[in-house]
Amino acid sequence: MDSVSVLIPTLLRPLVEGRSEVVLPADAPMTVGGLLDRLSEGRPLLERRIRDETGALRRYVNIYVGGEDVRRLELLDTPVEPGDTVMVIQSVAGG
Amino acid sequence: MNDQATTVLAIGTKKGLWLATSRNRRSWTLSDPLFLMQEVPGVGIDTRGGRTRILVGTRSEHWGPSVVHSDDLGATWTEPERGSIGFDSDDGAALERIWQIQPDSEGRPGVVWAGCEPISVWKSTDGGEHFELNRGLWDHPHRSEWGAGYGGAAAHTVLPSPADDSIHVAMSTGGVYRSVDGGTSWEPRNRGISAYFLPDPQPEFGQCVHKIARDAGNPRHLYAQNHHGVYATPDAGDTWTSIAEGLPSDFGFVMLSHPRRPGTAWVIPLKADGERIPPDGELAVHRTDDGGGSWSRLHRGLPTREYNAVLRDAAAVDAADPVGVYFGTRGGSVYASADEGESFVEVASHLPDVLTVRAAVVAD
Repeated sequence: MDSVSVLIPTLLRPLVEGRSEVVLPADAPMTVGGLLDRLSEGRPLLERRIRDETGALRRYVNIYVGGEDVRRLELLDTPVEPGDTVMVIQSVAGG
Repeated sequence: MNDQATTVLAIGTKKGLWLATSRNRRSWTLSDPLFLMQEVPGVGIDTRGGRTRILVGTRSEHWGPSVVHSDDLGATWTEPERGSIGFDSDDGAALERIWQIQPDSEGRPGVVWAGCEPISVWKSTDGGEHFELNRGLWDHPHRSEWGAGYGGAAAHTVLPSPADDSIHVAMSTGGVYRSVDGGTSWEPRNRGISAYFLPDPQPEFGQCVHKIARDAGNPRHLYAQNHHGVYATPDAGDTWTSIAEGLPSDFGFVMLSHPRRPGTAWVIPLKADGERIPPDGELAVHRTDDGGGSWSRLHRGLPTREYNAVLRDAAAVDAADPVGVYFGTRGGSVYASADEGESFVEVASHLPDVLTVRAAVVAD
């Protein structure tokens, strides 16, 4: 497969035309950071929701690659292979 | 006050925004919640130029902070796609929270200031849609020595002077800083303000100022509520002297000044440090009409027992005549006075912790 599927949480779907899944072309390995760059092209509001101005993943946003939390891997340097499924999920936060 | 005018009261809480409206400032209609699950620590209502713009600083635990605005009293909201406030990537910082949104005076249309966490001041010239970082304060050599209070390290009050190019900023912790050149350069202005929690209780800076307000009659006259200590300055902050005598406590978070009448200001004392509740659980607003020489205790309409604090931005005045006084508690009660604090009505109860209130008389 030459694509990566990104699953979008409900609260962010208005920023991706209401979709629950965005399929991005991926004909070569990339990083989670690179994937987010592509996902956010033309969607600056989505970028701000997921990463802050320093480029860091927001504290209570979780990203899973192949079911693994990138915070237990290499964070935004975690490799993404063509065919992978990447999940963006808001973590448990807020009272 | 014109009975046909509508007063809008914006109530920012730990978990959303509510808008209350009233024709007479005694009976109020409360909106449904807006921005639920988002903290609203900063609100500004800009009525200059015949337009009412409500600016709201929001913060989602998940998705971060943002500034949105409404030009139709909350019916619709606009959020600039790239954000209104944001550091450059090489600043090495990320916006955490918008503590203050302060429209400038009539003579500077379009100018809106923001005070933020991390400690930073921002200026907009387009009515609050886009802000630029004030580099003079951001690059200040004292920055590394400023600290964080319990609520975070923030520039929580920005007071541009209507009379000249001076601006006062209050930060916790850091104290009061003044610029006399429109924000290009900044100097600490804390002489006379105690910082009892530091080894040197009279430092040049480092005080934990909770709120400052500018006197209506003399723009060089300001008031300050500190982490212990209530002060006034006659000389734009060069020297501060205590005006706490006559108050039941010199601790609190609130400081309000009258929009027109010189010498009138309001505080809401709390007993501290060990309790942080209204003294003896009796909630009251205290007003001075002589620049802090004496204080009147005002409590008509307020509950006889209240054990919640009133936070630094959770109080405001409107510009009507007589002036309306508003405040909210961490217990989610909001009170309004249509007579400068002589009596209060309850606008709302059981809301989340009230973080900010702002009120304005708006055109119908």
